[in-house]
Amino acid sequence: MSAAAPERTTARAGDLLDVDRALGDEERLIAETVRRFVGEHVLPEIEGWYERGVFPRELVPELGRLGVLGMHLTGHGCAGASAVGYGVACRELEAADSGLRSFVSVQGSLAMFPIWRYGSEEQKRRWLPGMAAGELVGCFGLTEPDSGSDPASMRTSARRDGRDWVLNGRKMWITNGGLADVAVVWARTDDGVRGFLVPRGTPGFTTRDIHRKMSMRASVTSELVLDDVRLPEDAVLPGVVGMRGPLSCLDEARFGIVWGVVGAARTCFETALSYARTREQFGRPIAGFQLTQQKLVDMAVELNKAALLAHHLGQLKDAGALTPEQISFGKLNNVREALRIARTARTVLGANGISSEYPVMRHANNLESVLTYEGTNEVHTLVLGHALTGLRAFQ
Amino acid sequence: MNIVVLVKQVPDTNSERRLTDSDHTLDRASADVVLDEINERAVEEALRLQEAHGGEVTVVTMGPDSATDALRKALSMGADKAVHLSDAALHGSDAVQTARALAKVIGTVEGVDLVLAGNEATDGRMGAVPAMVAEVLGLPALTHARKVEVDGSTVRVERETDEGVAFVEAALPALVSVGEKINEPRYPSFKGIMAAKKKPVTTLGLADAGIDAAEVGLANAATTVVEAAPKPPRSGGQKVEDAGDGGVRIAEFLAAQKLI
Ligand SMILES: Cc1cc2nc3c(=O)[nH]c(=O)nc-3n(C[C@H](O)[C@H](O)[C@H](O)COP(=O)(O)OP(=O)(O)OC[C@H]3O[C@@H](n4cnc5c(N)ncnc54)[C@H](O)[C@@H]3O)c2cc1C
Ligand SMILES: Cc1cc2nc3c(=O)[nH]c(=O)nc-3n(C[C@H](O)[C@H](O)[C@H](O)COP(=O)(O)OP(=O)(O)OC[C@H]3O[C@@H](n4cnc5c(N)ncnc54)[C@H](O)[C@@H]3O)c2cc1C
Repeated sequence: MSAAAPERTTARAGDLLDVDRALGDEERLIAETVRRFVGEHVLPEIEGWYERGVFPRELVPELGRLGVLGMHLTGHGCAGASAVGYGVACRELEAADSGLRSFVSVQGSLAMFPIWRYGSEEQKRRWLPGMAAGELVGCFGLTEPDSGSDPASMRTSARRDGRDWVLNGRKMWITNGGLADVAVVWARTDDGVRGFLVPRGTPGFTTRDIHRKMSMRASVTSELVLDDVRLPEDAVLPGVVGMRGPLSCLDEARFGIVWGVVGAARTCFETALSYARTREQFGRPIAGFQLTQQKLVDMAVELNKAALLAHHLGQLKDAGALTPEQISFGKLNNVREALRIARTARTVLGANGISSEYPVMRHANNLESVLTYEGTNEVHTLVLGHALTGLRAFQ
Repeated sequence: MNIVVLVKQVPDTNSERRLTDSDHTLDRASADVVLDEINERAVEEALRLQEAHGGEVTVVTMGPDSATDALRKALSMGADKAVHLSDAALHGSDAVQTARALAKVIGTVEGVDLVLAGNEATDGRMGAVPAMVAEVLGLPALTHARKVEVDGSTVRVERETDEGVAFVEAALPALVSVGEKINEPRYPSFKGIMAAKKKPVTTLGLADAGIDAAEVGLANAATTVVEAAPKPPRSGGQKVEDAGDGGVRIAEFLAAQKLI
């Protein structure tokens, strides 16, 4: 292959190990379809959305038509794709922007999944088909102003009043909060933590979007305020009591992150590679300098290792054998390395690296959020530390 | 209404495309291959006609084993079934042989009312196969359609040419080739992708389709590509230094090239 147009060679450069050879026909077609979708509908606009801090709400029904929303679930309008299929979709979405993948993760894995897994037939019928179609948006309220890495310390409570439930409390940093037609809110009850489906417009339930963000700007992040919110008896998810409920949802979403960040890292790497091959200093392309090659090679090696790890976890998940510790392994490694790749790519671009004409700084900024949400780097380290030593270091 | 769509797998126009050194046929191994975009539009048109008039959509391709990916894509978009003509003896067939072979395959599909094709494949670019297929099958050929309508047993087409638009019609069964402006093809939905693997794909060899091996393939082709030269690289172009009259000089240049 000649050195001519970088974009013609980078697709393979981003997959040096040919990890995608392991994809099945459907998975390959899913990846290709999402890649084309973001190429046509997202990439031409994303810088503007990011700078203005808007989420492209109008894309939600399109994502529904495509079948991305809740694609790994079955029935109720969901596509029933494999875990690997879900993974490649997340990867291609996040190759465009982490905010878009966050939307899809929250909708499918954090809002639809608990309804699908723990909801009553009636709850599933009411919410899932509309959410799969992108007509209804969901959010997941676990984090609170004073309860982040230690969600069991939550204060939001639900008490019985006759047959009704009454919820009080606040949720913070909630993706899709301001857009959501239904919020899955986790609250403590006398029996333990339970999940509640809170429809938009319920008296006492308000949301406030968080605007002053330097990261994840093309994504809606909100505060949920629950002030004597009265809900009927059937608003509670009947199938789960205790922290196992929200934690199982997070495992689903983290799996998507393990794949998604490979996409973000790939975009950064490809951008750096093509830039380095065309940018000349001291009379030659900077890609010809050994120090730059060291960066490119380190990025490529970590990118490909991350892709392999994602595939491996996908195969385990499809075999029904994936453990929470393995997901922590994937989240810890892949987000950390993706962020490193983004930062290294930024240096390769020099001053252009900080410009929004290139996607690198946007990805790097987004990945700072991804590093924190769904369990911070430190928390996943301690989860693995516990798995290795049998000793809990976080309490 | 039963529709057959002729679809071809071609090298991705974004990848580097080459002919093999040995026999000047397309080097399929070195490029990413995709369902030709014009054929996505033909499939889209078939699905829209099906949505309006019912019936079945069958996609047909002649190509190597890998061409099943192109069929799968069409099935994921919503086509009902697929027929794949695949035989090593077909390698290097020219347009006439291709058309004859495709006509045989269309003959294996029951009750065909309409055959849809792209007006020109992005690799071979003969732009001849659809009309040739129509000729072999004795069907009216309505080519370069930018709009297709079916009304009872009549198909009406807006045929776009450099000179203008012609409004033509024919009685079904007929063959229509579509141009780029016909529609925007849908994305395969994930449900469609999952459903596609359960849809029937019939693979035919030469004998199954009733094709004589002596009539197809490079050795028996009426035409031979004897030599091929790559396009010369683009030259640097012409630079206009703006000394206050830049606009005028660019306009003069464009006028001289008959571009404005
Ligand atoms: C863009 C964005 C979107 C989000 N979306 C959602 C959402 O949709 N739903 C939702 O519920 N939440 C959401 N979150 C919240 C996110 O999950 C939390 O921010 C995260 O769990 C960390 O909590 P915290 O911010 O309170 O940090 P803290 O828990 O206060 O942590 C601060 C620092 O202390 C460290 N730390 C804490 N405990 C320990 C320990 N035991 N040992 C070592 N170090 C420790 C952490 O690792 C971190 O570095 C989102 C956050 C962001 C930024
Ligand atoms: C560089 C090069 C030069 C060539 N020169 C000649 C030549 O001079 N004379 C000659 O006869 N052949 C030539 N060929 C071979 C010819 O292009 C192929 O045989 C081809 O199958 C028919 O032409 P096309 O693909 O250009 O079809 P077009 O006529 O451009 O295709 C139009 C439509 O026909 C349908 N169609 C075409 N092929 C298939 C297929 N295999 N399966 C299903 N549907 C199909 C599709 O709907 C397509 O959109 C050449 C090939 C190459 C690569």
